[in-house]
Amino acid sequence: MATHEFAAEASHAHAAPQGFIRKWIFSLDHKVIGLQYFFLALASVCVGMFLSLLMRIHLIWPTAVLPFLGEIKPETYLSLVTMHGTIMVFFVLTTAPQAGFGNYFLPIQIGAPDMAFPVLNMLSFWTTFLAFVAAVTTFFVIGGAPLHGWTGYPPLSALQAAGPGEGLGADLWAISIALFCVASLMGALNFITTTLDMRAKGMSLMRMPLTCWAWFLTAVLGLLAFGVLLSACILLLMDRNIGTSFFVPLGTINGQVTAHKGGSPLLWQHLFWFFGHPEVYIAILPAMGICSQVLSVASRKPAFSYKAILLSMLSIVTLSFTVWGHHMFISGMSPYSAYGFSITTMAITVPSAILTFCWLATLWRGKIQFTAPALFGIGFVSLFVSGGVTGPFLAQPALDIPLHDTYFVTGHFHLIMGVASIFGIFAATYYWLPKMFGRMFNEKLARLHFWVSFAGTYAIFMPMHYLGLAGHPRRYSQLTEVGFLHDLIPLQKFITFAAFITIAGQLIFLVNLFWSLKFGAKASDNPWEATTLEWTTATPPPHDNFGGHTPVVYNGPYEYSVPGAPRDYVMQTDPEIEPAH
Amino acid sequence: MASFTTTAPVNVPEISLSEGGRPDRTRLRRARLGLIVAVTPILMLFVSFTSAYIVRQGLPTFDPRTNSLIRDWIPVRLPSILLVNTCVLLLSSVGMELARRQIKNEAAFASAAPNPAVSPTKAKGLPWLSMTLVLGLLFLFGQWTAWRQLAANGFHVATTPSSSFIYLLTGAHAIHLIGGVIALFVACVASSLHRPATTRSIVVDITSWYWHFMAVLWVYILCLLKFAS
Repeated sequence: MATHEFAAEASHAHAAPQGFIRKWIFSLDHKVIGLQYFFLALASVCVGMFLSLLMRIHLIWPTAVLPFLGEIKPETYLSLVTMHGTIMVFFVLTTAPQAGFGNYFLPIQIGAPDMAFPVLNMLSFWTTFLAFVAAVTTFFVIGGAPLHGWTGYPPLSALQAAGPGEGLGADLWAISIALFCVASLMGALNFITTTLDMRAKGMSLMRMPLTCWAWFLTAVLGLLAFGVLLSACILLLMDRNIGTSFFVPLGTINGQVTAHKGGSPLLWQHLFWFFGHPEVYIAILPAMGICSQVLSVASRKPAFSYKAILLSMLSIVTLSFTVWGHHMFISGMSPYSAYGFSITTMAITVPSAILTFCWLATLWRGKIQFTAPALFGIGFVSLFVSGGVTGPFLAQPALDIPLHDTYFVTGHFHLIMGVASIFGIFAATYYWLPKMFGRMFNEKLARLHFWVSFAGTYAIFMPMHYLGLAGHPRRYSQLTEVGFLHDLIPLQKFITFAAFITIAGQLIFLVNLFWSLKFGAKASDNPWEATTLEWTTATPPPHDNFGGHTPVVYNGPYEYSVPGAPRDYVMQTDPEIEPAH
Repeated sequence: MASFTTTAPVNVPEISLSEGGRPDRTRLRRARLGLIVAVTPILMLFVSFTSAYIVRQGLPTFDPRTNSLIRDWIPVRLPSILLVNTCVLLLSSVGMELARRQIKNEAAFASAAPNPAVSPTKAKGLPWLSMTLVLGLLFLFGQWTAWRQLAANGFHVATTPSSSFIYLLTGAHAIHLIGGVIALFVACVASSLHRPATTRSIVVDITSWYWHFMAVLWVYILCLLKFAS
C-alpha cells in the first residue's frame, strides 16, 4: 500500500454511519456537517430578513398595528436592530461561507477524506446551534431581546437596569456570542490542521484552489480574533452578574447610582473592534475565494495572477488587525492614534484594488458563460467596489466624525460586508448545488433571482449614503416627529418598498432551491467543466469523498484554455500532457 | 519542455505534508499540529486579559465626595500559598515529562517487537502519569485554598479591580488546567485498560505539551500579578 493511501486511511477512521441519527444529526462526516451549517444559515437569514422587514415597516408606518405583533415600540425597534445585526453577522455571514461551504468542500478540494478532527467538527456545529437557540430565545424571555446593538457597547449592555431588554435577554445574548466564539475556534482549529496536514499527494500549497486559501486565511483570522471577543464577553458577563467593574464607570442609571465604579466602556470597544474589524474579512474572504473560482470557470481562463490574489488576501489578513481604531474615531481618541489608524485603513485599499483588478482581468477577453454563479460572482465584484469605495471616506477622522452615526455607515457596511458576502454565498450555492445534491437548479429562475437581488440591493443601500450625507442619524426609531428628517421620509419610503421587492425576490431562490432538490435535472459529475478535485468524484460525493482512492494532483487549479490540451480545461488530476509547439 | 500550468510546475508532484509514513506517526504529527493551533486562541484570551489588566490599572475614577478623579487600584497582597502551588505545578510538569518519555520508550519497544500482536512485557518504572495527575489535583486544591484566603481577608471578586483580576486570571487558568487533568485521567484509564502503547503515547505526548504550556502560563500569570501591580 502506498504510504499516502495508508496515511489517508488512518486519518479517515470513522466508518460510514448507518442510522438516521448518526448519519444526519450527530454526523462526523464533514459533508453532512457542511449541509447542517448551510441550512442553519438559511434559517438564520430568514429570521434576520424578517426582523429587517419589521424595522423597515416601523420606520415609515411607526404607529402601524401588525398582526400577532401589535404596534412596534421604540425599545422593540432597538431590539430588532440588535438581533438583526447579531443573527446576520454571526449566524449568516460567518456561518454559511466559511463553516458551511468550507466544511463541505475544503477536504474534497485538497484531496482529503475528511476534516482532521471529525468529533470536534460535530461539536463545533452543535455549539453553533446552541448559540443560535440562545440568540433567538432572547425574544421570548421577560423583557425581550437586548437594545444595545450587535456591538454591545457598555454601559448599556452591562447594566441590567438600563432598559427592558437588558435583563435576561442581554445575558442570553452575551452567552450566545461566547458560545459562538468557542464553536468558531473549534472550527478554525479543524480548518488549519486539515489544510496543513491532509493535502493529497501533489497538492502543494501553491496548487490549492483560491477557495481553500480563503478558507484557510479566514480560519487564521478567526483563531486570532474570536479569543479576544470571548474574553470581552467573559468580562461583560462578570460585570453584569458578579458586580465587577471592568467596563462600567461610576454613574447613574435611571436616576439611581450604580454599584460599579472605575470601569471603562472604551476598554470594551477596543476588545470588541479588535475582533470586529477582522470579522468583516471573516465574512468576505471566503466570498473572495469563491468569486476567484467562479469567474475563472465562467471565463474559461486561469484566475489572473494567482500569486497577486493570494498575496492581496494575505495582506488584507495582516492589515485587518491594525485598523480597529477607525471604528472609534468619535470616542475622543488621540489625534495621533487616529492618524495611525487612518493610514493603516487606507493601506487596505491597495490589496483590495489589486483583487478587483485581478477579477476584472480574469474576465477580460474570456469566453464568458453568464451562468448564475458567474452572474453572482460579477455582482460580488460590483458590490465590493461600490461598498469599498466609501471605506476611504470613513477612514478619514475628519469625515468619519460627522458621518459615523448616520445612515452613510449603514449603507457602506451593508454593501461591503453584508450583501457582497451574501452574493458570494449565492454564487457558491449555485456553483456547488449540483455537486452537493446531484441536481441542477432552474437557470432562468436563478438569473431572475440575480437581477432582482442586484437591482434591489442598490435600490436599498445606495440611497442610504445620501440619507447619511443629509445628516440622517441611524438607530432612530421614529422619523415622523423629527422636523429636520421630514423631507427625507420619501427616500425612506422608497427604501422600504425596495426592501419589500428584494425580500420577495429571495422567495424565487427558496423555491428554486427546494424545487431543484426534488425535481431538478440530474447533474453530471462535472457540469461546469471545472478542474478542481471535487469535480473528479461522484455526484454527490461518497462517504470517503473519492470512493476508496486518494487523488494524486499534477496540475494547478485553473488550467483553462490550455494550448495543446485535448479539452479547454485540464483537471488537477490529469497526467501531464505534452503541449503543442 | 514547456509547462502549461500557471501556478506550479507539473513535472514532479511535490510531496505534501500529509505524506507521512506510518499512520501512528501521522496521527502524532497531526495531533501536535492541532495542539499548536489550539493553544493560539488560549494565548489570545490571556493576552486580552493582560491588556485589560494594564488598561484598567491606569484608569482614574470619579470620586463624588471630592468631585475629582482618583485612582481606585488597590494592590492586593497575594496569598503565600500561591508560591507553594507554583512549585507543585512545576514539579508536576517534570513528572509529566518523565511520563512522556516513559510511554515513548514503551511505544518504541512495542513497535520493535517481532510480533506486534503479542503484547511485550512492560518496562517497570515509576507511575509518573498518576503522580502528575495527583499533583495537578493538588495544585487546583491549592488555588481553591488561595481564593478562600483572599475571601477571608475581605477580597471577593467584586471588591476591588485588582481582586477581580486575581480571580479572573487564576480562575481562567484553573479551567484550562482542568482540561489537562481530564486528559491525564483519560490517559491513566487508557493505561489501565491496556490500550496499545502507541495510542497511549499520542495521548500522553499531547497532554504533556499542553501541561508544560499551562505551567509556563501560570508562571506568567503569577509574575503579572506580583510584579505588574
